[in-house]
Amino acid sequence: MTRRERERLRRRDFLKGTAVGGIAAAVMPVAHGAEPPPSPTRDGPRNAGPTPPNVESSVRIEGATAASCGSDYMVDVLRSLGIDYFAATPGNTFMGLHESVVNHGMTTSPPLRFLTTMHEEASVAMAHGYAKIEGKPMACAFHATVGLQHASMAIYNAYCDRVPVVMLTGAGIEADKRKSTVEWTHTALDGPGMVRDYTKWDDTPGNLQGFGESAARAWKFAMTPPYGPTLLAVDVPLQEDEIPGGPGNAPPLPRLSSIRPPSADANTVREMARMLVAAEHPLIHVDRCARTPAGLQMTVELAEILAAPVVDSGNRMGFPWRHPLNQSRRFGALRDAADVFLALEPGSPFGLVTEVGAHGELRRALKPDARSITVSSAELYPKGNYQNLQRYAGLVDIAVQADAEATLPFLIEEVKRLLPRGRSKYDARARAFAAAHREDLDAARAAAVYGWDASPISMPRLAMEMYEVMKSEDWSLLSHHYWQSSWSQRLWDAKRHHQYIGGSGADGVGYTSPASLGAALANQKHGRLSVAIVGDGDLMFGPGILWTAAHEQIPILYVVHNNRAYHQEIMQMQVLSNRRQRGVDRAHIGCVITAPDIDYALLARSMGVHGEGPIENPADLGPALRRAVEVVKRGEPALVDVVSQGR
Amino acid sequence: MRRTALLLAVVLALSVGDGLAQSPASGDVERGRKIFVSHGCYQCHGTQGQGSNAGSRLAPDPIPLQALVLLVRQPRARMPPYSPRILSDQDLRDIHAYLTSIPKARPVAEIPLLAAPP
Repeated sequence: MTRRERERLRRRDFLKGTAVGGIAAAVMPVAHGAEPPPSPTRDGPRNAGPTPPNVESSVRIEGATAASCGSDYMVDVLRSLGIDYFAATPGNTFMGLHESVVNHGMTTSPPLRFLTTMHEEASVAMAHGYAKIEGKPMACAFHATVGLQHASMAIYNAYCDRVPVVMLTGAGIEADKRKSTVEWTHTALDGPGMVRDYTKWDDTPGNLQGFGESAARAWKFAMTPPYGPTLLAVDVPLQEDEIPGGPGNAPPLPRLSSIRPPSADANTVREMARMLVAAEHPLIHVDRCARTPAGLQMTVELAEILAAPVVDSGNRMGFPWRHPLNQSRRFGALRDAADVFLALEPGSPFGLVTEVGAHGELRRALKPDARSITVSSAELYPKGNYQNLQRYAGLVDIAVQADAEATLPFLIEEVKRLLPRGRSKYDARARAFAAAHREDLDAARAAAVYGWDASPISMPRLAMEMYEVMKSEDWSLLSHHYWQSSWSQRLWDAKRHHQYIGGSGADGVGYTSPASLGAALANQKHGRLSVAIVGDGDLMFGPGILWTAAHEQIPILYVVHNNRAYHQEIMQMQVLSNRRQRGVDRAHIGCVITAPDIDYALLARSMGVHGEGPIENPADLGPALRRAVEVVKRGEPALVDVVSQGR
Repeated sequence: MRRTALLLAVVLALSVGDGLAQSPASGDVERGRKIFVSHGCYQCHGTQGQGSNAGSRLAPDPIPLQALVLLVRQPRARMPPYSPRILSDQDLRDIHAYLTSIPKARPVAEIPLLAAPP
């Protein structure tokens, strides 16, 4: 046994001794590999065997003094990029960065705040939700290999949802500097490789100068439409060792260029404007096109000057929900009538313009003489393995590879220039759509009465009890409305960009609870009421996010849509079981979350979050929500467990 | 949409020639409720048949029994087919009786949260 190994073992014995004293929580090296004794839980691989004698050390023993370490420079770089938060579950391969964030980033200005998560997926999802409100990335960091593996599904969500996230992971480039079996296990020669198919860009910088430049590039690529997650693998000694030549020799902070997203060229803009102005029945479809509040204003302006109906995908706040031109419930009829169809950043252009027959034959969904235009930045950055680009849309007439929000100012200007002086045609069209919108709203209110007093609680009842306690606040809905049959979209009045952020992007379960917390963090400084309706299945993918909410003191109202099932899956199971003529009496197995029923309010309270419920009687829902909102308005998180209908 | 479904249901019902056509609505409400739950109908259609984005509204005022039988045996779209082996004609009579027993909803005007448009 070498001297260094003996020192490490003595250090482990010391830490073992202090662990029961409580102080250890603050000073103990935390590593994914350092587990308690094996226990008979499902978490097999983590607790599979005795702790190896040379467990991963907390830090490299030799190295930097406090004033001259590479990771302090890295923190300065992140701050220079305007990054305010660093979300992470601790891991030894980025412990240098971790230490610098807490002892340098959080104690000097501008602060870079460490957010403690209980799963790497939660770190990415928090950054995902944060970016959709804040409009810029948060940093998040993962342990090499195991941490990145945990993070991967959330990265895929951010990638598919086109959201900027700047991620860091540890790396052990030089083999002779890995000191234990665990350090070898926690090293990959190309760590980012496993998520490269769904990250926009990655790099493994070889020195501090390279880190600065690569971090700036990571930020720049993340923030250039189509937005996406980027990843830096950062060598452990580069983080922990002295800056070569001492602190005065740190490389300069990188300069960040102003980013100009690609817009459509002038000829294309003129052609689009001519078609839209000449159309008798134009139709606009909005998906992830309003990246910013200004983008939302522009979609409204374009629709209003054309008096064109707008159908909203629900993936973002693409168009105000109660705007008279919002015709989201009438897509089929409007598409049948459209002579010009403009889709802004469509997630699936194929699905918008194509119908698939019973035998797989493709039919044009639009009229034969209608023209379709897509404006999409996603087509500027295609990748081949994961199929989130959807099916090839050969029936689109004009596919413009450009950022929709960057194109809108030019398109609006050109449309205005071409518009005839008399507006009677447009005014009549606008009046007709306003009447149709009112009709839809009345129909929604009429339909909401069915099951109003039911238990489990109906979705329209849930939506309207929530709206009653939210509507006088500056509220922000941080979950996709689809899972509650879109009752919030049908009945609420959302008009501002922050009032709705869509969903996960890749439909990876476990997104909503942490992503909404990240978004709530961004809302906090504005005093907004952040609200998320989270599925019971979603919450149980990472219930530790409740602890993060309490620990970081982030105000949010979690409403648990507790249908006691992986509900989408149970419906699919019924379809399959019946198709095979086996009946549905066993279709619940593996899909329901009962026996025992989970007490989510108790779960919340166990982690320091105000908990209400389970609420089964609809008459109890309003008072419980009011109590919870009062807690949230005091700056704390709260949860209301609502035993609910499936959808 | 609902009008179209009703029309289709009536047309389908006229073509039915089995015993159900001659003996409508002789089901057991409580048994029907239990089958509605145990066979998972409520997962898409709601416990009171109120409907959702995964399944259409079934109650109150359900479509005629004969039409219901046809739609269950030969469904359209995502609805799984239920053969007599899985759901007997008597089961469907009972489900129909349960759906028929669901009272009419309160009018919008009597529900304060819905009475005024948002």
